[in-house]
Amino acid sequence: MKLKYFSAPYLVWMVVFILVPLLMIAYFALTNDNGQLTIKYLADVGQYANIFVRSIWLALIATAICLVIAYPVAFILSRMDKHRQGTMLMIVMLPMWMNFLLRTYAWMTLLGNNGIINHLFGLVGLGPFKLINTSGAVVLGMVYNYLPFMILPLYSVMEKIDNSLFEAASDLGCSSKQTLFRVIVPLSIPGITSGVTMVFVPAISTFIISRMLGGGSNLLIGDLIEMQFLGNAYNPHLGAAISLVLMVIILVIMTVMNQFDPDDQVLM
Amino acid sequence: MKKLGKIYMALVLLFLYVPIFVLIVFSFNETKSRSVFSGFTFDWYVRLFHNRIIITSLINTILVAVAASIISTVLGTFAAIGINSMRKVPKAVVMNVTNMPIINPEIVTGVSLMLLFVFFAARMNFEFGFGTLLIAHITFDVPYVILNVMPKFNQMDPHIYEAAQDLGCSPIKAFRKVVLPEIMPGVISGFLMSFTYSLDDFVVSYFTTGSTSQTLPITIYSMTRRKVSPEINALSTLIFIAVIIVLLVKNAIEKKAAAKSGTAKEG
Repeated sequence: MKLKYFSAPYLVWMVVFILVPLLMIAYFALTNDNGQLTIKYLADVGQYANIFVRSIWLALIATAICLVIAYPVAFILSRMDKHRQGTMLMIVMLPMWMNFLLRTYAWMTLLGNNGIINHLFGLVGLGPFKLINTSGAVVLGMVYNYLPFMILPLYSVMEKIDNSLFEAASDLGCSSKQTLFRVIVPLSIPGITSGVTMVFVPAISTFIISRMLGGGSNLLIGDLIEMQFLGNAYNPHLGAAISLVLMVIILVIMTVMNQFDPDDQVLM
Repeated sequence: MKKLGKIYMALVLLFLYVPIFVLIVFSFNETKSRSVFSGFTFDWYVRLFHNRIIITSLINTILVAVAASIISTVLGTFAAIGINSMRKVPKAVVMNVTNMPIINPEIVTGVSLMLLFVFFAARMNFEFGFGTLLIAHITFDVPYVILNVMPKFNQMDPHIYEAAQDLGCSPIKAFRKVVLPEIMPGVISGFLMSFTYSLDDFVVSYFTTGSTSQTLPITIYSMTRRKVSPEINALSTLIFIAVIIVLLVKNAIEKKAAAKSGTAKEG
């Protein structure tokens, strides 16, 4: 028996449960209830342009903040003693193992109008401020939840950078700023591209963070899709059309990210 | 510079941990207040253990995670063996499709499976429930098993399987005695990864399960939608403790394995 037939059961599974469902999204997006071909639903997606713009914008801000916070963390981690590195990495990644909903819920209680942050403000005679149900709260939730996804790929490329490179750079007259932008950053680009994708993709498609921290006024693409399938607005054709557009946006972003990557591949 | 780095790390860790610690502290709070600690109590934990819905959904979560990760590990390991011996083009095609559930947003995976199930539920007369949930979990788990097992083949000499057969092993025995031990570390990490993903999954489950088999994350979600109850805080505390225990055990096992392979190399 040839080894390649071992994959037969999986190939069937793959076609039925990965390929066919994705094709069904395309089918539902392009047909109406009677099964007739139509571009009505794709055209209807245009009505929600503001939601698309908001999602892309908030996801971009969250990704940028994650990159700025995570970059020094990854660098400091990568320069620690080897035996302390493992422990520290575990401490940094531990919150990620908590369920995503509980982590978001934690911020719900912190930011609430009667929450602990407003209580502390009240003690010094300030506030209460409207913290929850704002787009700022949504970005905060994204940063909090996805920060480890940025730290991990950055750390894994920086860990491989040899200390002697920094010494060589400074011997050759680089200032520390030049060392950063001419040595460290170029060498960490694969980590940056995969970190950016790993934060941006879940951030742009979330519906939990916006639902729990954004109230009703900060709808994102994810909310829009969820409403078409499980909400009051039940309309799987429109939901499929929105999903299709979302997939295209992500495909474009990933292609752009791949252009920056010297190895021409995104580390996942 | 060193000091600055330490302060920075401390601030980031504060950001990561303060929300969780606030949850934990308020799980012992006497009143439902989220900002004032009025007195110590274990009441919310007692209530948690008497909450039928939470216990049932916990059992469902464990059942689906165990079943999905076992099936995915078997399916994925055989898949990896087969894919590895494919020619270049079919191999690339299969790997690209396999990557799709990993690259696609979870909501797209969830919605696409929901469409499939809706389409066939009416025609084949089944309902959303444990079956659809299990299928969905296997679908997003298998790619992780394949991605963990595949690299092990690159480290393995492709001819030893044939050599074993030339030396009189049956194909099954050659597989069991030669191939399997080589890829075992990948199989185990693939299994553990699918198990944790299944335990933790909310989005895909949300779109593919029925009201009869809610998982714990779905129950947590509906709890956060309703009136605030410190039971969630109690649950968070227990999950946090469980996570720490699991990670410590994992660390200890890895250290032991590293020490063992270290001495083996020296000897």
